[in-house]
Amino acid sequence: MPVYNMIQALNDALRTAMRKNDRIVILGEDIGKLGGVFRVTKDLMAEFGTDRVIDTPLAEGGIIGAAIGMALYGLRPIAEIQFSDFIYPAFDQIVNELAKYRYRSGGQYECPLIIRTPSGGGIKGGLYHSQSPEAYFIHTPGLKVVMPSNPYDAKGMLLSSLDQNDPVVFFEPKRIYRSAKGEVPETEYRVEIGKAQVVKQGKDVTLISYGAMMTEALEAAEKALEEGIQVELIDLRSLVPLDIETMIHSIQKTGRVVIVNEAPRTCGFAAELMALINEKAFLYLEAPPARVTGFDTPFPYSLEHDYLPSVGRILKEIYKTTHF
Amino acid sequence: MSAILKSEIESNGSSVQVLKEDGSLLNKKAEPDFSKEDLKKLYYLMVLTRMTDERFLRMQRQGRIGFYLTSTGEEAAHIGSAFAMEEKDWLFLQYREPGAALLRGFSLFRFACQILGNVGDLTKGRQMPCHYAYKEGHILSISSPIGTQIPQAVGFAWAAKIRNDNLASLVYFGDGATSSGDFHVGMNFAGVFKVPVVFFCKNNQLAISLPFEKQTAVSSVALKAQAYGIDGIRVDGNDLLAVIQVTKQAVQKARSGGGPTLIEALTYRIGAHSTSDDPRIYGDESKLEEWKKKDCILRFQKYLESKGIWSLGFEKEVQERAGVEVSKAIEEAEKLSAPSLDTLFEDVYSDLPQQLREQKNELLS
Repeated sequence: MPVYNMIQALNDALRTAMRKNDRIVILGEDIGKLGGVFRVTKDLMAEFGTDRVIDTPLAEGGIIGAAIGMALYGLRPIAEIQFSDFIYPAFDQIVNELAKYRYRSGGQYECPLIIRTPSGGGIKGGLYHSQSPEAYFIHTPGLKVVMPSNPYDAKGMLLSSLDQNDPVVFFEPKRIYRSAKGEVPETEYRVEIGKAQVVKQGKDVTLISYGAMMTEALEAAEKALEEGIQVELIDLRSLVPLDIETMIHSIQKTGRVVIVNEAPRTCGFAAELMALINEKAFLYLEAPPARVTGFDTPFPYSLEHDYLPSVGRILKEIYKTTHF
Repeated sequence: MSAILKSEIESNGSSVQVLKEDGSLLNKKAEPDFSKEDLKKLYYLMVLTRMTDERFLRMQRQGRIGFYLTSTGEEAAHIGSAFAMEEKDWLFLQYREPGAALLRGFSLFRFACQILGNVGDLTKGRQMPCHYAYKEGHILSISSPIGTQIPQAVGFAWAAKIRNDNLASLVYFGDGATSSGDFHVGMNFAGVFKVPVVFFCKNNQLAISLPFEKQTAVSSVALKAQAYGIDGIRVDGNDLLAVIQVTKQAVQKARSGGGPTLIEALTYRIGAHSTSDDPRIYGDESKLEEWKKKDCILRFQKYLESKGIWSLGFEKEVQERAGVEVSKAIEEAEKLSAPSLDTLFEDVYSDLPQQLREQKNELLS
């Protein structure tokens, strides 16, 4: 079985799917000859031609607007937004149009569009190449929102996204695009959307994260074990729909929970998770739910690693909650 | 036909015309060869559309419906352009084109149900009045943002081109929408990829309260096409025959690989923006009176009279038939109740995720 990084796994997923289904078209900025600024779409134009791998003018609203039209026609478009920081010109199309199309047409139309977009910080990208905007889309009924953290899930979830008849915002944690490596089957397999994964079992505290932060979370869990704290680590993978059961089941066992995500804190996804935990597992809690997040500041350039949740900050919360 | 459709428009903003304001032919050679039945059908549809608008407006004033948007004065622009398309083509409506929907078989009963938001509404009472969708008649879903449908219509027609399906889309929008980013990106993408789409701007010279000259510094919307490398043309929007001719040529060009066209139909909004609007505050009374005299139905009526089709007797028959049709549709629609509670949660996703299931139980228990 080949060992791929995230980029290779995603490229493999796209190629596999496009060979099988000629209704799949991909469109975005620099995705053709160049293969995307991160090379996720490398060599696809050569194989599938310029009708199915489309280099677009630089207008995110145009990319998503046109892709909505393509999906309504019956194609299976996959739109790439080069950095999720640049998704906002398409916000109206995504929130007011894409997300609501089936609902507002009374189910007459559906709009199965996948929006792939790299997100997150830690690559010296500053304000405009580092943001984690997932909460805006999680807050919008009608969208499914996912973020894999490893090559295996990346391929399996992209292929699963193509089975959905709903729009999917597919966030790709770009910091670990190349560093996360793993075995990826050459076959066409699926990783179910809506299922979290228990990455590491433990009885003392539940640690919940997703995307690039899974790297820090795993390291923190391993360090905690050196202190004798057994962490149960959950990778959410799918943010909408959310696997509430796996999360609550674990907290009922451990009675303690720390949530890690890198987006700003206020109204971030960790806040929603804490609310759900309080509603559904309050009587099992031995300590207040804790969160380690980015700060409520714009994403900084020089101090980005102080902004991002670190192993140290996660460990601190693990200690606090286990010693409450 | 090519004599009518010029790819360059003169900068003084002159419009393509077939009928003069008195209903006589400007150029006999340009007269389309329509059957009497088609001409009668078009006239009936224009009258029916105006009557429908009047009735719904009155119902809103009576408190029977919450909101309405009339298309009074603009019937020729949207009915003529929709008539020029083939059944296989698709229409992206803005929200002020009821005649185009009726032409596509959207029944007055379904329309009334949508206005009332009841159980007979194909869109399940989810949107404000005039925001319908009718897939069977190739009418996409209408939304309130003014220009979002423009790049969607481009993507739709582009997909048809990619699949080698010989069809086109037509997208309606107002003069206000030409200031939006969606207009720009839609025109630009369509130009670059030679998409078989027809951009149909109904320039009614008012965007709620903002007059056209405050919307843009250019004298004609059609001129904007040049910046995108596509053809632009301004047509007299109150001239049904000219609208049909110009649109037909644009769609034929689109289908044969000639790319998109921007059509600007110059007309005037005779009514308010919506029932929530009050044009007395900002309106230009003399301009309104001037445009009322250019009424599109009256002009077409005079043409039909000259052809021996229209007579007072014919008019009476049309008015009666349309009146009965509207009354019957409203009467039937008003018998129906509101959609059931569980429809609140349907169609958000293709399935019902756990969180929505829980919220549904919360409401229903």
